[in-house]
Amino acid sequence: MRQQLPLAIILVIGVFMALQYFVPHESSEFVYEWSLDWVIIIGVFAMALGLWSMFVVHYTKIQKKSSGWGFSVIAILGLLYMLIAGGIWGIEEGTPFMDFFWYVYTPIQATMFALLAFYIASAAYRAFRVRTILSTILLVAALLLMFRLIPIGPLSGPIQELDRWILGVPNLAAKRAIIIGVGLGIVATAVKVVLGIERSYLGKD
Amino acid sequence: MQNKSRALTIAVLLLLPAILLAQDTLQSQTVAPAPPAEVKAFDTPNDNGHSITITWKLSADDGAGQNSVTMYEMLRAESPDGGFISRGVVAAGVSTYDDKGDKDKASQNYFPSGKNFYYKVRAKVGDIFSESEVAGPASAIGQWYHTGKTIVLAFVVIFMIFVLIFIRQAQKGKELYVRPIGGIAAVDEAIGRATEMGRPILYVMGLGAPNDIASIASYTILARIAKKTAEYQTPILVPCNDPIMMSIAQETVRTSYLDAGRPDTYKEENIFFVTSMQFAYVAAVNGIMLREKTATNFYLGKFFAESLILAETGSVAGSIQISGTDEVAQIPFFVAATDYTLIGEELYAASAYLGREPLLLGTLKAQDWAKGLIMALLLFGALAASLHWDFFVRLFTVRL
Repeated sequence: MRQQLPLAIILVIGVFMALQYFVPHESSEFVYEWSLDWVIIIGVFAMALGLWSMFVVHYTKIQKKSSGWGFSVIAILGLLYMLIAGGIWGIEEGTPFMDFFWYVYTPIQATMFALLAFYIASAAYRAFRVRTILSTILLVAALLLMFRLIPIGPLSGPIQELDRWILGVPNLAAKRAIIIGVGLGIVATAVKVVLGIERSYLGKD
Repeated sequence: MQNKSRALTIAVLLLLPAILLAQDTLQSQTVAPAPPAEVKAFDTPNDNGHSITITWKLSADDGAGQNSVTMYEMLRAESPDGGFISRGVVAAGVSTYDDKGDKDKASQNYFPSGKNFYYKVRAKVGDIFSESEVAGPASAIGQWYHTGKTIVLAFVVIFMIFVLIFIRQAQKGKELYVRPIGGIAAVDEAIGRATEMGRPILYVMGLGAPNDIASIASYTILARIAKKTAEYQTPILVPCNDPIMMSIAQETVRTSYLDAGRPDTYKEENIFFVTSMQFAYVAAVNGIMLREKTATNFYLGKFFAESLILAETGSVAGSIQISGTDEVAQIPFFVAATDYTLIGEELYAASAYLGREPLLLGTLKAQDWAKGLIMALLLFGALAASLHWDFFVRLFTVRL
């Protein structure tokens, strides 16, 4: 029963969702939208679980004085501040809640995003180290694509043409091959889960 | 005095053609354009029953001369005798219009299903117009099957047949060969390494929604990996960015520990919610990598801009890293920064590879056959397009 009930629910909902794609009728839309509403409802309840989980994890770290417990103090203080500020003054523009969001959270987030530029450089260095024929091809293709953005006199025209070919033929072909494979993989995974062939997440074996 | 009257006469003579031309233009603008002909109104096919399509033959003055039509206006009424109201306009040269409305009765733009309506089309030149004959009655009816998606249904059925054939073969005990994938073969080694080093394993499911297929594939792989970590008694950390995903991951890992006969070693606090904000999540996971010194990092699921930040931090921390995603734009970052990458569909195949169950391997074989079929169709499609066999190209058109 522990396995049968979830499998039956997955089968019914899964088959409905698959059929729904082919049925444009209003009734089908209604059930589909109704089921999506349930996802939102479950999400709201799950958020409470998530917050509790977050609180417990950080509280335990502080209690045990684990490595980096100071960050946990900041995380809990931040959580409490946002809860209290939002509860008392609301979440409109100009309130302490939004001030914290714009002047503390957003710059920190932008800083994290900016790290990406440095990481691209270090990852590119590793990827372009010429050790194999494949990395050599990658390096040459990348250099050609970068040259496209630089004015280099009479070479600009041929390089532009070559880059257009690289992006439009081998690159696009590889992308489409991956996309077709992903599409088939998505259908195969859906079939496996809906028919109960894949049940590892239910602890079959 | 004589000079003055001569100058006046010359001025009048010069201005006369311009005055006559202006009068002619004014007259032509007051003439209404020819009306649209053969107006037809019918239920829009393959819809939810709240739309009627109107088609017409363009006005004879559409794109011709000074009476050129500038737009067409659609008028609708419940009776052919009157009460027509405007429903929308389209530019000149367009000869079809979908009169769509909402299905919600409370909406101002509610379009009732099953009710008869009559239509007229106006050809307009500024404020001057001519009207077509009344077309109708037509009523909007919802369809129970979308004929434009028949080719998709056909492919799904063919794929299902492949799946069933190979599952049957697997059940009969036929050995199914599937090509080895480096990233999956390295999973045991990666878990063993963490065990030897006495350090935890980090499993990141990405930023996908719980109902993304990539996330579902990630749960199934997590189940297999968690079972192995339970057997090796190596802690596994699963920071989640979605509370629903956290709940599913907790249940999945708990079940795997039960299966491995080690329910006592399961720690719920190791599968936890961090935040649903992208870069805050990245900061937290990076912190975990550097503080906990995780020996092995798995990134399996849906990833976006955070992929490279995570993978590079793991690389700096000296972790062995296995990644997999179906996001085409992120695959190069993972290839460059992690030790093994499951490219696209390999993410979906990983659970079957790890489990080695005949039924699951059967579905992999079916995927390979479907790919073979698609390749054959691509080649034939290229040939058909070159030979202008349009029927073949039309056969594969999906109308959404």
